[in-house]
Amino acid sequence: MEPPVSLGIEVRDLRLQYGDVAALDGLSFSLSGGKIYGLLGRNGSGKTSLLSILAAFRRKTSGTVHIGGQEPFENERVTAEVCLIRESGGDVYDNTRLEQLLRMAADLRPAFDHQYALKLADRFQLPMRKNVQSLSRGQRSALGAVMGLAANARLTMFDESYLGMDAPSRYAFYDELIANYTENPRTFIISTHLIEEVARLFEEVLIIHKGRLVLHDDVEAVRSRGVSVIGPAEVVDTFTAGLTVLNGQSLGRTKAVTVYGTLDDDQRRAAALAGLELGPVSLQDLFVHLTGQPEAEAAR
Amino acid sequence: MFDDRSPIYQQIADKIKKDILYGDLSAGDQVMSTNQYASFYRINPATAAKAFQQLTDEGYLYKRRGIGMFVSDDAQAQLRQQRREHFFADVVAPMVAEAKAIGITLDEIIHHLTNKDGTPGESRD
Repeated sequence: MEPPVSLGIEVRDLRLQYGDVAALDGLSFSLSGGKIYGLLGRNGSGKTSLLSILAAFRRKTSGTVHIGGQEPFENERVTAEVCLIRESGGDVYDNTRLEQLLRMAADLRPAFDHQYALKLADRFQLPMRKNVQSLSRGQRSALGAVMGLAANARLTMFDESYLGMDAPSRYAFYDELIANYTENPRTFIISTHLIEEVARLFEEVLIIHKGRLVLHDDVEAVRSRGVSVIGPAEVVDTFTAGLTVLNGQSLGRTKAVTVYGTLDDDQRRAAALAGLELGPVSLQDLFVHLTGQPEAEAAR
Repeated sequence: MFDDRSPIYQQIADKIKKDILYGDLSAGDQVMSTNQYASFYRINPATAAKAFQQLTDEGYLYKRRGIGMFVSDDAQAQLRQQRREHFFADVVAPMVAEAKAIGITLDEIIHHLTNKDGTPGESRD
């Protein structure tokens, strides 16, 4: 089978206003498609708003959204190619048995792979004869994973839905996602605030904060961009003058700071000569530092 | 499996180099495919591909179109040469520095290394 042409995504100056509150506040980015993207943001950062607009579940206030060059809202040609799995799955189907639900999905969406859905449901040990409403939270989550993977949509988005599964089920989901993507490369967007566990699945990450884009890059490039600098306070201060310092902590006369940016060989040598210790920063730590203060402090 | 100290593709490349150096992978052996690597380690296939790209660029692996990737004939010799050049700086110097800091003399180290049966010597208090 020919690999499908990937759907690129263009978002320009996107705004979504709820009364006085801007859930999305001039968000812009561009994705080439055909990759697994991680969408990272704190609670309330605008992840769900963005994904809902991409899936045409919600109308934007202003700005441009193009999927494969077309506006998705009320555009069946786009929405037929897009699948969004949300945390609070379809309540409409509460009284539907799982086996019926999978058959309905197969009837409604030509690309839906019914055989694969049954295989996945078996792997997640879903009770096929039960109603959706009788499922536990973890099972609902797993059902979302099944529906999303089997949908075979050219743009598939998981909005933290998989986080309801327990660890063994989540790992099974990651395995299936990688196998599925390898077999049929297409665009996945996976939103999360629990980064450590999924960071390796991503090729690129986008970090959004307060409805704006903070960062969009290759995940390995991002990982190499944070550097921790540890040493005597005054030496650390001298070395980091002019660099972007994200946070600092002191323990007695020792100071540890996180620098955002790549240090060149000269800077690394200078640090070693000055007796400073340089270390890596995990994506999760970098995310915490980039998206700012604890909520209490932000509210002041 | 992986840590945060360096990019994951670097860690994959290092692991394969180590396997070649220690003979766990021999000249002409086929290595796992990008996709096998991705699913085995639960990582993005592009990350695994980057590691293989680096190893082929450096000449340790070569591609046979449609079949897979294989260990180059001179990969082990090349790696040995490279590691020998860095052995004293990368391995011996830190050990000597540590020994100095904790008061172990050069004689003690030599004694330890040249024990007749080659087993580690008695530790001394």
